[in-house]
Amino acid sequence: MRYLHIQNARIIDPASQTDTIADVFVANGAIRTIGRRPDAGEIEETIDATGLWLLPGLIDLGGHLPEPGFPQKGTMASETKAACAGGFTHICSLPDTKPVADTSAVIKLIEEKAAKAGYARVLPLGAMTQGLAGEQLANMVTLFEAGAVALSNVRQPIRDSYVLRRLMEYAATYDIPLFLNANDLSLSDGGCMHEGPVATRMGLPGIPETAETIALAQILLLAEQTGVRAHISQVSCGRSIRMITDARQRGMRISADTPLANLLYTDAQVTGYNSLYNVQPPLRSEADRQALIAAVAAGDLAISSNHRPHEIAAKKAPFSDAESGMSQYDCFLPMAMTLVSAGELSLDALINAVSVLPAQILGMAQSVQENSAFNAVLFDPETERTITARDLNSRGHNHPALGRSLKGQVQRVFIDGQQIC
Amino acid sequence: MTDPSKVQLTEDGRLKHFLTTEGLSKDLLTEILDTADSFISTQERAVKTVPLLRGKTVVNLFFENSTRTRSTFELAAKRLSADILNLDIARSATSKGETLMDTLWNLEAMYSDMFVVRHADSGAAHFIAEQVTPNVAIINAGDGRHAHPTQAMLDMLTIRRHKDSIEGKVVAIVGDILHSRVARSQIYALRTLGAAEVRVIGPGTLLPRDIEGMGAKPFYDMKQGLADCDVVIMLRLQKERMQNALLPSESEFFKLYGLTEEKLAFARPDAIVMHPGPINRGVEIESAVADGNQSVILNQVSYGIAVRMAVMAMAMSGQQTLINSEENA
Repeated sequence: MRYLHIQNARIIDPASQTDTIADVFVANGAIRTIGRRPDAGEIEETIDATGLWLLPGLIDLGGHLPEPGFPQKGTMASETKAACAGGFTHICSLPDTKPVADTSAVIKLIEEKAAKAGYARVLPLGAMTQGLAGEQLANMVTLFEAGAVALSNVRQPIRDSYVLRRLMEYAATYDIPLFLNANDLSLSDGGCMHEGPVATRMGLPGIPETAETIALAQILLLAEQTGVRAHISQVSCGRSIRMITDARQRGMRISADTPLANLLYTDAQVTGYNSLYNVQPPLRSEADRQALIAAVAAGDLAISSNHRPHEIAAKKAPFSDAESGMSQYDCFLPMAMTLVSAGELSLDALINAVSVLPAQILGMAQSVQENSAFNAVLFDPETERTITARDLNSRGHNHPALGRSLKGQVQRVFIDGQQIC
Repeated sequence: MTDPSKVQLTEDGRLKHFLTTEGLSKDLLTEILDTADSFISTQERAVKTVPLLRGKTVVNLFFENSTRTRSTFELAAKRLSADILNLDIARSATSKGETLMDTLWNLEAMYSDMFVVRHADSGAAHFIAEQVTPNVAIINAGDGRHAHPTQAMLDMLTIRRHKDSIEGKVVAIVGDILHSRVARSQIYALRTLGAAEVRVIGPGTLLPRDIEGMGAKPFYDMKQGLADCDVVIMLRLQKERMQNALLPSESEFFKLYGLTEEKLAFARPDAIVMHPGPINRGVEIESAVADGNQSVILNQVSYGIAVRMAVMAMAMSGQQTLINSEENA
């Protein structure tokens, strides 16, 4: 066997409770040994990783990819390359493409385009309902068999409690996991930011906390009744965390994620009408942000990207008229690391939320230990640089890191033992 | 991205755009009122024009219809001797920001000096001033629910002329505060100019959350809210509020909050009654009060021209100083 030898890396792997400096030997896509030379075989390449961290690859539970349907916003290659640059080895693509990912043909198309691009692995999410219209069930089993890892309706509403109940019952029959967004459109429609003092002052229509919590109560009660495997996507309110914790205490197996932006920012960012911070779910209060941080710290909440690249024109408009969403893949890990350097999260808690928990939710193994597939990131924690447009791989320059100085940089990404970038 | 209050000022604190009353100093607001006062005297002369904006081109850009506000800006510009172009632009929802920006860049290329902007989106005037045409003076003629600073300043002028001063006065704003850009601009101006108390009165559905954070005290009852008031400002109620489940009916609103002589009696006997217009008689206010001797509603209209002349002259001068200094540099 011919080995890749990674020398002197600090291996940080919360899944195996490892934090140690050691050499890693990789062959045939997997880690063969850690800390000792393999008995036989030769070294093909040695990477000096002194001062670098070797982390399990990040897994995104939901990002918007522009293909098929939105060529002005980017390509499969630009966005999956950006994902690698941010530390991701795997990303779940949301089904709100054009056409919607509600047929096996679209799922296959996404998989083919992603494979051809050759960067981060794309795990497609299929649509729960046809055309995401919330009325008629999509061919769930067909989508699942075609490779969808779970089904989502993004933030589009399900028509009523009846449809949601039947949808869950049907999915439960075949043990198909659902990624559910809690968004009561009758309360959120027309709103473009968190309803609170900032919205009042800016005169912007608000989205109340109850738009999320009422929909979440409906989801939790029906999930409990139907026994479906449910994951709550893109939680933004502290109150939602308490509701999910309650449900878990009743014995429900329920997971959840929050977008990174909701951990980094609050509605105060909207002061000055910066359309970059027009995102869905909205950035909420500092108390909400603190509750989300606490849930991540406790290991109860995963962090997703909610990556949404836009062309310049989509954002260059008055705040409420701008398209919502933020480009997040590039610099994702250094941006998330700012929570560690600010003392808000431990490094272990962060890696747990961006890699270990998402892997568990998707039923994958993602770990830097012997005999694991080598899906990992070499991260330089010290280098500091100012992010310019040239540093972005994503076509979406609606990125909050632009112009700011960031510490840390992804140096190499390995997927199944292959160095991708 | 900067706070709206900062975008409108030059480095030495002069007005170069007029976007909001928030964050402006008491001195600057007073300067606007003093300048407007001086224009009121010119308005009473046979020849009403002054040459302050001679040779300048002002474009009225109304993305939302408003005959009244547009006409007062037009008159104000003409009385400052500016050339004025009126554009009513129906808003295209599908093309996002593009149409807006293309329109503005085209007008800028025609050497326009000032845009008076009315737009349905909060922050639109700020967006234009900061990101589209920063070298054109922008006067906000109303953006979404955010601000309507010239209306607020003409209201301040009205109070100052009829009650001598704003300092120490108790002012109540009644009705649909939630959707009102006028109320937001009034609250900031009143607070800065030293009003003793700013109250907002209306049902819970029409008072925005956390209005206390802006320095206004909410009341749900006219008797309590109007007690000891020096100034009562009624807001216009839009018909669509009934369809949006914010109110049951006009008649119930009138019963609870419509300004009648009986309700006005809760305020101080010398209280003045104001309304930004156009008024819905029998909805916000009964005719006896609207046309009564405590009403200063028509005076507000006259002062509107003087206030708009004042801010146009001040912003143009601030913007011009900036352009001159850039050229010299």
